[in-house]
Amino acid sequence: MNRFEYARPATLAEAVAAGAVPGAAYLAAGTNLMDLMKGGVMRPGHLVDISRLPGLDRIERLGDGGVRIGALVRNADLAYDTDFARRFPSVAEALLSGASAQLRNAATAGGNLLQRTRCTYFYDTASACNKRDPGTGCDALGGENRLHAVLGWSEHCIATHPSDFCVPLTALDAVVEVEGPKGRRDIPLENFHLLPGSTPERETVLEHSELITAVRLPAEAARFAANARYLKVRERTSYAFAVVSAAAALRLEGGMVAEARIALGGVALKPWRARAAEAELAGARPEPVTFRRAAEAALADAKPSGDNGFKIELARRIIVRTLTLAAAGTPERMPALPASPFSGAITHA
Amino acid sequence: MPEITLTQAPAHIRMGSSIGQPLTRREGVLKTTGAARFAADNHPPGMVYAALAVSSIARGRVTALNVAAAMAHPGVIEVMTPKNAPKLALDPDAKNNPFMFRLDLLQNDRVRYANQPIAVVVADTLEAATEGVALLEPQYEAEPARTGLDSDDSFAPAAVGAGSPAEESHGDITAGLAAASVRMEAVYDTPAQYHNAMEPHAIVAAWDGDTLSIDTPSQGMAMAQARIAGLFGIAPEGIHIRSPFLGGGFGSKGLFSGPQVLGIMAARLVGRPVKLVLRREQMFGPVGHRAPTRQTLRMGADGQGALTALSHHTKTASSTFDDFFEPAANASHALYASPAIATSHEVVRIDTGTPLFMRAPGEAPGSAALESAIDEMALACGMDPLAFRLKNYAEMEPISGKPFSSKALRQCYEQGAERFGWAKRPQAPRQMQDEAGMLVGWGMGTAVFPALMFQGQARAMLRQDGTGVVETGAHDMGQGAWTALAQIAADSLGLDLDRIEFRSGTSDLPDAGIAGGSAHTATVGTAIHGAGADVIGKLADLAMDDERSPLFGAGNAGVIARGGRLHRRDDDGRSESYADILARAGLAEIEGRGTGAIDPAAQAAYAMHAHGAVFAEVKVDPDFGQVRVTRLVGAFAAGTVVNPRMVRSQYYGGMIWGVSFALHEHAVMDKRSGRLMNPNLAEYYVPVNADVPSIEAILVEERDIHVNALGIKGVGEIGVTGTAGAIANAVWHATGVRVRSFPITLDQLLDA
Ligand SMILES: Cc1cc2nc3c(=O)[nH]c(=O)nc-3n(C[C@H](O)[C@H](O)[C@H](O)COP(=O)(O)OP(=O)(O)OC[C@H]3O[C@@H](n4cnc5c(N)ncnc54)[C@H](O)[C@@H]3O)c2cc1C
Ligand code: SF4
Repeated sequence: MNRFEYARPATLAEAVAAGAVPGAAYLAAGTNLMDLMKGGVMRPGHLVDISRLPGLDRIERLGDGGVRIGALVRNADLAYDTDFARRFPSVAEALLSGASAQLRNAATAGGNLLQRTRCTYFYDTASACNKRDPGTGCDALGGENRLHAVLGWSEHCIATHPSDFCVPLTALDAVVEVEGPKGRRDIPLENFHLLPGSTPERETVLEHSELITAVRLPAEAARFAANARYLKVRERTSYAFAVVSAAAALRLEGGMVAEARIALGGVALKPWRARAAEAELAGARPEPVTFRRAAEAALADAKPSGDNGFKIELARRIIVRTLTLAAAGTPERMPALPASPFSGAITHA
Repeated sequence: MPEITLTQAPAHIRMGSSIGQPLTRREGVLKTTGAARFAADNHPPGMVYAALAVSSIARGRVTALNVAAAMAHPGVIEVMTPKNAPKLALDPDAKNNPFMFRLDLLQNDRVRYANQPIAVVVADTLEAATEGVALLEPQYEAEPARTGLDSDDSFAPAAVGAGSPAEESHGDITAGLAAASVRMEAVYDTPAQYHNAMEPHAIVAAWDGDTLSIDTPSQGMAMAQARIAGLFGIAPEGIHIRSPFLGGGFGSKGLFSGPQVLGIMAARLVGRPVKLVLRREQMFGPVGHRAPTRQTLRMGADGQGALTALSHHTKTASSTFDDFFEPAANASHALYASPAIATSHEVVRIDTGTPLFMRAPGEAPGSAALESAIDEMALACGMDPLAFRLKNYAEMEPISGKPFSSKALRQCYEQGAERFGWAKRPQAPRQMQDEAGMLVGWGMGTAVFPALMFQGQARAMLRQDGTGVVETGAHDMGQGAWTALAQIAADSLGLDLDRIEFRSGTSDLPDAGIAGGSAHTATVGTAIHGAGADVIGKLADLAMDDERSPLFGAGNAGVIARGGRLHRRDDDGRSESYADILARAGLAEIEGRGTGAIDPAAQAAYAMHAHGAVFAEVKVDPDFGQVRVTRLVGAFAAGTVVNPRMVRSQYYGGMIWGVSFALHEHAVMDKRSGRLMNPNLAEYYVPVNADVPSIEAILVEERDIHVNALGIKGVGEIGVTGTAGAIANAVWHATGVRVRSFPITLDQLLDA
C-alpha cells in the first residue's frame, strides 16, 4: 500500500481545508476508493476521512415538500426509509438494484455520485487510459468494449458512468449541494457530471476540495410518485452493473401524460437525461406507440463506440418497458423488489 | 491440526452402518466458528510476508526492475529476481512425466504469459511487500502477443487430457454420414474460464536445514512432496505438508503451482519462514485455467432417428511452453450409440498460462456442445429430445464396445423426467409463457463422468480399549472427505463413528493419491476398507485360534465385525468384544494396511461411468434477452452413496457450475495485449444466490460390483456435465434461437 497522510477532521470547515492540499481525496465508505488504491489506479497522498463528519447522515424532509439527503446517508438506509421510498419510489428501486446488500450497507450517497467508471482498461494500470493518465490514449477503443458508451462519447474516452442511484435523481431534477473553499453552492445533477470531450480526466464540475454535503430532491419530484419506476438490465440477477438502465416518471392527468421524466444509465459517461423523449410524451396518450416514439427520440444521436451496437436497441426497449411499468402505476409495496423470475404460473400456447 | 471429535448423534447405530447416513460435515462447527485453520491462517515465529510481482505483457522479456526503489522502502527485506533467486536442482522446464508441468520460477527473464511471476518482494509486513512490488516498475521488451484460436497454425497433439489418444474412432464416419437421411453440422464455442476457489493459492514455508515445513492447500500432497523434492534436491521425507482444509480446489490445487514454489524459494533466500498468498487477479495466469474450445459436431441419423454417425472435433489452445490439451471431444465416447464415432483434437499455441484440469476437464465443454448438438439432431429428426436420447441409448460403451459395469441411466431419465414434468413439454419452441410475459423453455441434457480410481493407501489400528484409528493423507476440499471417509473408516472396523479417530490432511500419513477426477472417495475409501479388513482379519485369527474365545473354531463359517465385537456368522449369539480379544492376546494394538486402486481385470472387461439426466427450465425476457434458470432437476446414478447429504451438495454444486458455464463465466482477454481484463470477482461473473434456481438432485439407486469393493463411483464433477447443455437447450425452446457460443449472453438473444 502506498504511503499517505490520513486525517479525520471534526468539522466540515476543517474537512474542506484539509481537502485543499494537492493530491488529497475524501474518503467516505471507501467501497470504490479503497479498491482503486489497492489496484494502484488512484494514489492520493492525503486521505481526508469524512465518514464521521457530524450532521451529514440525515434524511431531512424540507418545508416545501422536498428532501435533503445527507452525503453520508448509506444507500441501504435511504432505500429502506419508508417515507422517502413512498415519495421517490424510483430512487429507492435504483438503490436496491445496485451492488450487493453488503456494499449498499456501507456505500454513501455522496460516494455513489462520485464513483468512478468500471471501464476495465481504467482499472488495468498497464493499459493506456486518458482518464487515468491524460494523454496516453484509450485502449478501450478497439478493445473489449461491449459495455461501453453509445451516447456522448468521444475518441478520447468511451466509458460509462456506472451509478444506478444517479439515473432517477437526474430524471427528477436533483440538486447537489457542495461546500468548498469559496463557500456553498448548488449544482443541478444534470450538469454535475461532464462528458469526456478531450478531457476525460475531468469528470465533474467540482473544484478541487469541494465536498458534497447533500443531494436535494425538489418538491415537484414527489408529484411523480404514483407512476415512477427504475429498470436495470444486467448480466446476472444481482451484484452486477447495468448493461443499460432507465428511470421513467410520469405525471398523468385525465388519462394523458402531463409531464414525463426519463433518464438512462449505462449508456454514457454521465447519467443521461432524455429530454427529447420527454418532449415526445408531454401531452400524449400513454400507449405503446408513444413510448416507442419517445425511445427513438432518446437514442436518436446514439452510435456504437465498438462492439456495443446492441445497447442502442436494448436501451430503446428498456425505455418502452419502463414507461409501460410507470404508466401501470408504482406498485403498492415499496421499495419494489426486483421481480422474481421464479414465481408466476406458466401457460402453454 | 487437532484431532476432530466426533459429535454425530449415533442414529446410524440403528441402521448398523455409517455408510449411507446423511451426516453433516464433521468440521462444520470448526469452519463456521472460524476455528478451522486454513493455510494462510498460520504464522510461525519469525515469519515474513512475500508478495508476487507479475508481468503485464504476455510475451517478451523483463529488461529492468527497480529493485533499489523497492529495497529502499521501509520494511522490505529482499527482492527475489532471476539475479538472486535460489538455483534449483531441477530445471523447472524439465518434463519427465505428463503430470510434471513447467513452472516459471525466476530462472530467467523470459515472459510467456500475462500475470506470470517476475519477482517476489519479501517484507516485514504484507503492506510493505505490496508497496515494494508497486515500486519495481518493470520495463519490458515486448513481442506481439498471440491470442485466440486463430492466431497461429494448429497441430494435432499426441495425447489430450491426462494422456488419452487425441484421435479415436470406430466404424466408418463417411459411410455413416452418407447413409444418413438426416444430417446436422454445427460449431460451438466455449470461452476460457479460470478456477477461482474462495481460498486463493497460499503457502507458509519454513526451512530448517534441508527439511521443509509447509502449510498449503493441496489436492495431492504426495505429488507435491515429490515435485518439491525434485526442484530443491532434498528428500521427500524431509518435507512436511499440512493441508487440513482447502477453501476449494477444482483442479487448480492438484499439481503444485509456480507461486507456491516461489514461496519456498523466498523462505530459503531470506532464511526465515515466509507467507505468500496470491491476490485474486493473480489467480488468472500462473495456476491454470480451462482453455477455450471451438467444437464441430457432425451427426447423421436414419429415418427412425437412430444415429448412423457422430463426429466430434475440438480445436483448443494451450500455452507456448507446455502441453495440456482440453479433451473436449472425448465427451462423445461413452454416451450415444452410433455405428460410427470419430473424435479428434487440434491445438493452437498462444501466449497464455498453461491450461489445466478444471472441474470436469474436457467433459464440461464437450458435454455443453454434444448435448446442444443432440438437441439439434432430435429436432431435425422431429423427435422429442428425451425420446431421441432413448432411441440412441447405448447398451455397450459406444467407442470400445465394452459392457458397462453398471448403468442406471434409463432410471435417471425416467425419474428426472417424471419429477420435472417433461411429458408436458410441447415440442416446438416459443410455446410457453409465464404470467409476466416471460418466454419459458424446457431443455435436457445427459450427464456422464468416468468412474476413475487412482492409487491410495490407508492404515488402520484397533486399540486395546476397543477404539480405532484410521489414517490416510486425504484431502478435504470442502467436498466432505473428512466426513465420508470417516464413515467408511468406521464401517471398515465395525465400530460406531464415535469410537474411531480419523486422521487426515498431512503428508506424513499414508499417501492418499490425488483428490481429483471425482476419484478420491472411491480410491481412499477402498484403501480404508482394505486397511480395516486387514485389522479385522488379524483380530479374527487371534480369536478363532484361541480356545478361550467364544469364537474358537469359527474358521469356516467366519465372523462378522459389528459394534466393536466379532460375531460368529452362523451363530450371532456367540461374540466377543475387540477389547477382550486384544487383552487376552496381550496386544496393545493391531495394525492393518490397505490400498485403493483400480482392478485392472475389471477395467479391461468393463466400461465404468456415472450417469445422470438434467432437466432445466429457463425464463427469457422477450425484449431484453435476459435469461434466468428457474428450475433444475438432476437425477444421477453413481453407485454407492456414502453420504447422501454430501453427495447431494456435490450435485447441487455441479449443477450451479453448469448454470455458470451456460450463462456467466467468461474470461475476457484483450486480443491485442493478451492481458485478462476481468480478473476479479466483480467482473468475472459466476452466479450469485439470486441466479440459483430451485434445484433438486435425485439419487438414483445403482449397485456396481465391478468398480471397487464398495461400489463407489465419483460424484464431484458429473453435475457440471449435462447441465450447461440442458440450459442452452431450454433457451432454444423458450426463444427459438440456438445460441452456440457460451456463455449465452443477452445480446445474442435480442433478435429472438
Ligand atoms: C463490486 C461492486 C459492485 C457495485 N455495483 C454497483 C451497482 O450495481 N450500481 C451502483 O450504482 N453502484 C455500484 N457499486 C458502486 C458503489 O455504489 C460505490 O462504490 C459507492 O456508492 C461509493 O460510495 P463510498 O461511500 O464507498 O465512496 P468512496 O469509495 O469512499 O468514495 C468514492 C469517491 O467519491 C469521493 N467522495 C466520497 N464522498 C464524497 C463527498 N461527500 N464529497 C466529495 N467527494 C466524495 C471520494 O473521494 C472518491 O473519489 C459497486 C461497487 C462495487 C465495489
Ligand atoms: S474508455 Fe475512458 S476510462 Fe476507458 S480506457 Fe478509454 S479513456 Fe480510459
